[in-house]
Amino acid sequence: MENQDIILSVKDLNVKFNLRGKVLHAIRNVSLDVHKGESLCIVGESGCGKSVLNKNFIGLLDKNGWVDSGSILYYGMDDGKPVDLAKFPKESEWLKIRGHEICMILQDPMTSLNPLKTVGKQIGEAVELHQHLHGAALKQKVIQILADVGIPEPERRYKQYPHEFSGGMRQRVVIAIAIACNPKILICDEPTTALDVTIQAQILDLIKDLKAKYGLTIIFITHDLGVVANIADRIAVMYAGDIVEIGLVNEVFYDPKHPYTWALLSSLPQLGVKGQDLYSIKGTPPNLFKAVHGDAFAARNPQALKIDFVELPPYFEVSPTHKAKTWLLDPRAPKVEPPEHIKHIREIRNMRKKGGTVDGK
Amino acid sequence: MESKNREVLVSVKNMEVTFGVKRKKFVAVHGVSFDIYKGETFGLVGESGSGKTTIGRAIIRINPMSAGEVIYKGQRISGKISHELDREVTQQIQMIFQDPMASLNERAKVDYIVSEGLVNVHHGISHSEREAKVSEALSEVGLLPEFASRFPHEFSGGQRQRIGIARSLIMEPEFIIADEPISALDVSIRAQVLNLMSKLQKERGLTYLFIAHDLSVMRFICDRIAVIHKGVIVELAETEKLFAHPLHPYTRALLSAIPLPDPESEKEKVLEIYDPSCHHYETDKPVWTEIEPGHFIMANQEELAAYRRQITV
Repeated sequence: MENQDIILSVKDLNVKFNLRGKVLHAIRNVSLDVHKGESLCIVGESGCGKSVLNKNFIGLLDKNGWVDSGSILYYGMDDGKPVDLAKFPKESEWLKIRGHEICMILQDPMTSLNPLKTVGKQIGEAVELHQHLHGAALKQKVIQILADVGIPEPERRYKQYPHEFSGGMRQRVVIAIAIACNPKILICDEPTTALDVTIQAQILDLIKDLKAKYGLTIIFITHDLGVVANIADRIAVMYAGDIVEIGLVNEVFYDPKHPYTWALLSSLPQLGVKGQDLYSIKGTPPNLFKAVHGDAFAARNPQALKIDFVELPPYFEVSPTHKAKTWLLDPRAPKVEPPEHIKHIREIRNMRKKGGTVDGK
Repeated sequence: MESKNREVLVSVKNMEVTFGVKRKKFVAVHGVSFDIYKGETFGLVGESGSGKTTIGRAIIRINPMSAGEVIYKGQRISGKISHELDREVTQQIQMIFQDPMASLNERAKVDYIVSEGLVNVHHGISHSEREAKVSEALSEVGLLPEFASRFPHEFSGGQRQRIGIARSLIMEPEFIIADEPISALDVSIRAQVLNLMSKLQKERGLTYLFIAHDLSVMRFICDRIAVIHKGVIVELAETEKLFAHPLHPYTRALLSAIPLPDPESEKEKVLEIYDPSCHHYETDKPVWTEIEPGHFIMANQEELAAYRRQITV
C-alpha cells in the first residue's frame, strides 16, 4: 500500500528455541512491515511459526526461546520515537507496550477467561489499569464496551460469569477486554477456530466493525485461507518459519505465485470437485532442528526445480505490493502454470450470483 | 425419485433423547426421523449444541433414547435387544471421534488401541492373526505397520485421526458414524483425511453418517444433507439441491456464513442471521413435509405455500 505509515517493522528476525539440548530455529530471517490501519493476515500450517512470530510482539515468548538476531521496531509510541521490541529485557518495560499499545486475542475463549470472576470485573480490570477509571464511571465504561462488542443486555451480562456465556459470546468478551485498553495493534491468533461457522462469520464482522470504529491495526493469524478473504487487506503466507509470499488480498488469491500458496488454496474443500480427490500436500514440513537448504518447500513440491534444493530464493517482486520467494519467478526459470482449479476462484463468485437469482433476490 | 429404489440401511424414527430427570429435564433431540441409504454419505449439519452429535451417539447406543426407534437392516437396534444382535451391531456400526488428541488411550500402544474391538468380538483370536489384521488396517489408512508398537503421543494430529479410522475399519463395519472427524485438523491434513474416507468408501462400499458444522466440507463429501437446529431437523435434501434452493431461513443463514476463498465476493456478501421469531407457530404447527421429491422441510402450512411458490418460480 502506497506510503502508508509503518507502525511495526520486523527486520531479519531470527528466533530460536532450546528444546532438550537441541536448538530449534523457529523464525528464519523474517522481514515484515505492518502498515497503520490495515489488516494483515498471516496464514500457514500449524507449526510454521506464525504464533511464535506474533508472541515476539507482546513479549510472551516461552522461557526457552530467544531472539537470536534482528529487530522489531514499533513506531506507535506517543512521542513518535521507534522502540525495538526485540531488545526489551524487562517485564516492567513490556507493561508499557502489552495492553496499552498491542493486544492479543487467543484461540480458545474457554481458557482465556477467569471462571471465578464476573465478566464485568474482568473487563473492568483492564479499564482500571489502563484508563484509571473507578467506581460508577468504570462500570459505565465497561457496559459501553460490552455493548460495542455486540453483547445484548450489557447491564445484566455485566454481573454474569463466563460459564453463563456461549462460545461466541465468550469470544466477544475476550475481544472486549482487548479493546478496553484502546490498543493500536490487535493481534488475533486464530480467534474463530474453536467456533461454529455462523458464529465465526459474526465474529469476523465484529472485528471489522471495531477496526473501523477504533482505528485499529489488525494482525490476524489463521491456517484457513477460506476465512481471510473477508477480513484481510494483505496476506502473508508463512512456511517453516519464513514468509514465502506476501501481497494484497486480491493478488494472493487471484494471482498466487508461490507453489505453497497454490497448495494451500487447492486443499480448500470449497474448491474441491465432488467425486474427485481433494488436493493434499504430500509429506511433512521440514525439521527445523536442522539447517534448511534452499527453498524449504522444495521437498514437498512436485514441480520443484533443481536450484530449489540448493539455494534459497530471494524475494521476486511481482508488483510493488506483491512479492514471493520462489525461483519460478526468476526470468531463467521454466514456465510452470498454477493448478487449473485455482484459476476458477472467480467462478465461485458467479455460482453464488446464480444462487442469488434463484432465491428471488 | 431414484432414491426410492435404494436400500435403506439405517432408519431413525421419531428419535427423542433427553438428559437429566424430573424438573431439570432437557430434551436434546425432538422427534427426529430420517433414512440413510446403503453406500451413501449422509451429512448432519448444525451449530454446536444443536444435538447432531447426540443423534450419532444415540444410533450407536452410547446415549439412551427416551422415545422412538432405530432400525438397522430391518431390525430394531434401540432399546432392549438380544445378545446376538447386540454383538452384530457392535461389529457393524463403528464411530470415528472428533478430537484425535482425546480419543486415544494415552497409555496403550497402537497395536492394542486398534485391536481392542477385535479381541472383544472374536474371542480366542490367535496372536499372529491379530497382528496381521492390525498391520493390514494400519497400511490401509496409510500408516506403517511398524507404528503398532508406538504410543499415541508419538503421532501428529492427522496420524492420530488415521489410527482412529484404522480402529473402526478393523471391525469390518458397514456403517461408520464420523463425528466431526476433521474439525480439529489443519487444512492440508484435513484434505488427506477426507480423501482417505472417500477412498475407503469406494473400496468397501461403506455408508457414512458424517457430522460436521462446516457446510463447505459437507458439500464436498456428502450425498444428502440434513440441517439440524435445536434438536429438530429443519431441512433435508440432496446436497446440490440444498445448495441451489435453500428454503428454510436457518439453512440460508448457514449457507451465507460459509467463508469463500474469493476476496471480491466476500466483500459483497451479506450475512443472513437466523431469528427463530420469524416463524409463527402458535396456532399453525409446523410439520415435516416432503415439498419436492427427496426434499423435506419443517414448516407450517403458511410457510409451505410460500416455499412452493419459490420453487416454481
